[in-house]
Amino acid sequence: MSLVQLKDISKSYKLGEVEIPALSDVTLDIDKGRLVTFIGPSGSGKTTLLNVIGCMDRPDSGSVTIDSRRIDNLDRKGAARFRGENLGFIFQSFNLIPVLSVFENVEYPLMMIQKTPPAERRERVMRLLEAVGMADQAEKRPDRISGGQRQRVAVARALVTNPRLVLADEPTANLDKKTALDVLDLMRAMRDEFGTTFLFSTHDPRIVEHADVIHGIEDGKLVEHSQFLEGMQSHD
Amino acid sequence: MINIFKIAIRNLMRYKRRTMLTSLLIVIGVCMVVLFSGLAGSFKSMMIGIITDSSIGHLQIHKKGYVASIDTLPLNMNLSAEQYKKVAGVLDGKPAIEAYAPRVKFGAMLSNYAESTSVRLSAIDPVREQRVCTALYTRLKNKHDPAEPILKPGEVIIPERIAKAMKIKPGAPVVLVATNKDGSVNGMEYTMTAVIEDILGPGGKDGYMHIDDARKLLRIKGGEVTEIVIRAKPDASFDKVVKGLMAELPGLEIHTWEKLSPFANIAGMIDLMIITVKIIMIAIVLISVLNVMLMSVFERIREIGTIAAMGTLPSRIMGLFVAEGFSLGLLGTVAGLVLGVAGLLLVKALEINFEFGRMKGLVLRPEINVSELLVIGSIVLLAAVLAALQPAYKASRMEPVDALGHV
Repeated sequence: MSLVQLKDISKSYKLGEVEIPALSDVTLDIDKGRLVTFIGPSGSGKTTLLNVIGCMDRPDSGSVTIDSRRIDNLDRKGAARFRGENLGFIFQSFNLIPVLSVFENVEYPLMMIQKTPPAERRERVMRLLEAVGMADQAEKRPDRISGGQRQRVAVARALVTNPRLVLADEPTANLDKKTALDVLDLMRAMRDEFGTTFLFSTHDPRIVEHADVIHGIEDGKLVEHSQFLEGMQSHD
Repeated sequence: MINIFKIAIRNLMRYKRRTMLTSLLIVIGVCMVVLFSGLAGSFKSMMIGIITDSSIGHLQIHKKGYVASIDTLPLNMNLSAEQYKKVAGVLDGKPAIEAYAPRVKFGAMLSNYAESTSVRLSAIDPVREQRVCTALYTRLKNKHDPAEPILKPGEVIIPERIAKAMKIKPGAPVVLVATNKDGSVNGMEYTMTAVIEDILGPGGKDGYMHIDDARKLLRIKGGEVTEIVIRAKPDASFDKVVKGLMAELPGLEIHTWEKLSPFANIAGMIDLMIITVKIIMIAIVLISVLNVMLMSVFERIREIGTIAAMGTLPSRIMGLFVAEGFSLGLLGTVAGLVLGVAGLLLVKALEINFEFGRMKGLVLRPEINVSELLVIGSIVLLAAVLAALQPAYKASRMEPVDALGHV
């Protein structure tokens, strides 16, 4: 059964007087428990697509349904609530909160968004930190750990609320190859352990092959992905 | 809530120098207000205490219209013996009244047998008067035991200026000549026993004599009085007492000291200055906190985008920044209050002398009560929260997509 259903999604941005299409009539179904990647060149619409699915941007037309719920018409507060309860995010630059420790960064969504009781928070955070291999770094601040470790913490933070769907925009872009593959392995492991669906965008051919499903995107339209893979591999 | 404040304080500590500089501004503002309020307020209270305790009491009761014509000291506007009895009965039943005393006030000519001058006299019942004006004896030039009445029948106390001008020394005979309310003139001889210093009143021509002597001199029959001067209990509200008395004593006028002393205008100006200093402090807090919070929001746009993307509600994002402004205000307020109170204690310990008008050797003993400190603290915290509201609102309205894309 599909977790995410996109139907005829279109979205454009205005740059002065010029209207730039970002997505054009995108229709897509994404099944539960899959590791799905969107590949395409810069400016192809990957990020916009993730933003629309992530309830952070509204499409100009079409509908977005996640777990049988329409989310394209939610107001600001409703969208925030939906994101907090159902989605997890992993960012390219990790985006950990610098004043909080590793433990507190992972704890943040449970504490500030879901208001989970402290004992349960601690148990869930430590379970996730152990799962991502960061339990021994729990008290450190983000500036005291490496980029790969930060992204591991970000993965733990994204998963700590048991979201149905985790969205990651270029999660390995700031990582070296080995660390990037480690993070991908971690995402797969988390997918296997928690049954979470991962959607991530990339233009890195090294990690594409680790995805269960690959979607190509160009000029805001879904296209056959093999052409990108060939192009990327030849560049690589 | 605790978690919001924990994050807010950590964010403040993130920019230590900026936080310290802003806090320092708030500390200076709060400290300045505490010092000024303590010094000016204490000066005002001291002056009011001197005026009420040594001259006019807290409240006075007169026949209606007397205060309007007080310059002529009219004798035909005295309260009759029956009226005085009625007033005394009412005052005896008021728990807020500590003491009251009758006075007869009139104008007379004072002669030392060589020259004469006009004088304003307050004829008093010394025992009762000293219960109301507990510091009256402190105005006497010669030392006086406060347990003893300041004068006895046959004695007069004359103002310093007249005593000096007419070279009258204690023990010297003087004659008082006064016109009674029928227009006839009477003169009697008394002994000048003491010289009294005036406080703030103009002219310096106010002397004292015994009320029984005044009644004889003015040929007043019965227990007529010009005014009844009242001392209220320390915690009593003058306005409440006046309201209560007015309801029970129609046809009489009841005034607080503020309506009778020109110092009330100076006290009003002191209050105005304290308010002005508070407004300056509010402006300092508003501008400095607003500036810091605006910078804070601008520097953390991506962070705001991150927490918004994760699902933090706009109200909670707003709460985070308001808590930051509040914490900044609290830090400055606590430090400012502590420093301000320490400054006041230092001034008190130094026992600084000053002069005011003809009063010399006054010792500045500044004090500030806890409620005033709470008011100052509350004003600063309110100003800090108000200043943080706009930046916090701006942060809460940011679209996560725009904020995350901010460079």
